[in-house]
Amino acid sequence: MDAQGDHRTATADSAPARSGADDRQKDHEGDREVVIRFDKVSKRFGSKVVLDKLDLVVYRGETLVLMGPSGTGKSVTLRHVIGLMKADSGRVTVQGHDMATISRKDLAELRRHMGYLFQDSALINWLNVRDNVALPLRENTDLSEAEILERVEQKLELVHLPGILEKMPSELSGGMRKRVGLARALITDPKLILYDEPNAGLDPEISASINQLIRDVRTQLDITSVVISHLVSCVKTVADRVVLLEEGKVVLEGPRDEFLASDHPRLVRFLGDSKD
Amino acid sequence: MLNSFFTTCRQFGFQLELLFDTLGHLPSLWKRRAMIADQLFVGGVQVVHVVLLVGLFAGMILALQTGLYLAQLGQQDQIGTLVALSMAREMGPFITGIILAATAGSALAAELGTMSVSDELAALEVLSVDRVDFLVLPRLVALAIACPLLTVLCDLIGVVGGGLVASAQLSVELELYFKSAIQALQDPGSLIPLPKDVYAGLLKSFVFGILIAIISCSAGMHARGGALGVGQATRQAVRDSIIAIIVSNYFLTWLLYQN
Repeated sequence: MDAQGDHRTATADSAPARSGADDRQKDHEGDREVVIRFDKVSKRFGSKVVLDKLDLVVYRGETLVLMGPSGTGKSVTLRHVIGLMKADSGRVTVQGHDMATISRKDLAELRRHMGYLFQDSALINWLNVRDNVALPLRENTDLSEAEILERVEQKLELVHLPGILEKMPSELSGGMRKRVGLARALITDPKLILYDEPNAGLDPEISASINQLIRDVRTQLDITSVVISHLVSCVKTVADRVVLLEEGKVVLEGPRDEFLASDHPRLVRFLGDSKD
Repeated sequence: MLNSFFTTCRQFGFQLELLFDTLGHLPSLWKRRAMIADQLFVGGVQVVHVVLLVGLFAGMILALQTGLYLAQLGQQDQIGTLVALSMAREMGPFITGIILAATAGSALAAELGTMSVSDELAALEVLSVDRVDFLVLPRLVALAIACPLLTVLCDLIGVVGGGLVASAQLSVELELYFKSAIQALQDPGSLIPLPKDVYAGLLKSFVFGILIAIISCSAGMHARGGALGVGQATRQAVRDSIIAIIVSNYFLTWLLYQN
């Protein structure tokens, strides 16, 4: 449960840089493979320190939930993982790739094995649902239109949204947009998926269905997930492990049940009355 | 002051980089044909009526201004020459460029700006979709095609407008007016065997189309900070496009007519 400890037992740090994705030395802690590692990562915007020597690991197959007050660097953390931001100092490694030195080609290849659900879904507003979900396949693969359509329909069924192929994003509710965003994130069958506040702006019923969907996706597709959420209900449904961030640092982390049972004053203050 | 100078230099650098990056994606033209057609409709067809209206009155103003003076000298039969040359060389490309900067350019900056502040551009990057190939190339090609085509319309309607004024207010016979206008545009150029004043004007408008697309895309892609940022990007796109049209117009005129 202690935060900021040095967890590493074996790393890829000493390995010489390699170009391919498959020949990278895998990063392990004991018998668990580390998919994402933040090693004393700092990031600031102007004078505001957003990440402050952050240490964090995500293991293969687990669902990690990042909690914390607004502005503590949760979204910034995810953006470092997907390569939308670069650390000012420290090191971020994702599936053995150093995100500071990764080539554009390797980054594009790495992203094909990752999914990202944006807070506002970020659907392309002038494309209908079919074209939004099909976009990564049309742009990056040689699949035929029939194969692409089959996959699109399959993913839309997975997120419980069959029969809305022709709808435009503006015709969808908030919950539907999240589901379409998730279908698009899953279309390339990623090994790692990042959820940036999947419950934001949703009513409790829809929010619960999104939580259930995240759990189903993990169970059915056996993928690693990182979820940003403020909700205990989300933690209870999807999390294997939980991390509480504050001012760019981990203040508390642990397995879900231990985390929720903790009487750490910062956690008690953050959750307030919503712990149950 | 110094800050704003460096900001301008950075913007110019990005625009230049974006231009070369986009030109590098020209082999994707066929793949993007549907999007280019969409953009041609939005950026070209939807502003035809504006170009026609402005071009018509521009030609009428030209005919009236020059005609009143020429009438004093007894040279009314030269109105067609002056209107045709002015429209083909300067007014047609310039008017079309300004209209496209204000309509297509602002719409383009607002569209990409909204995509930027709502994380849609980030989503494209995360999905490994090349934003230049997917967004900028179709818009640049569409404007580079639309601008010269609209310029032809603007030139034609301007000459017609000038003819109406010459005939109705300055008592010049329409046949004489159009004869002098056509004769004025028959001077062949040394570069290609086409009337120089026509191809020089079309070359200008081709360059204006590219400038508007690159400046507007660049402004939109750099929009930050919600609706306010989109508004700033749109304003910047229109302002910079107009400046670029005027400055490049001078250098193109110098290049094409110095001899």
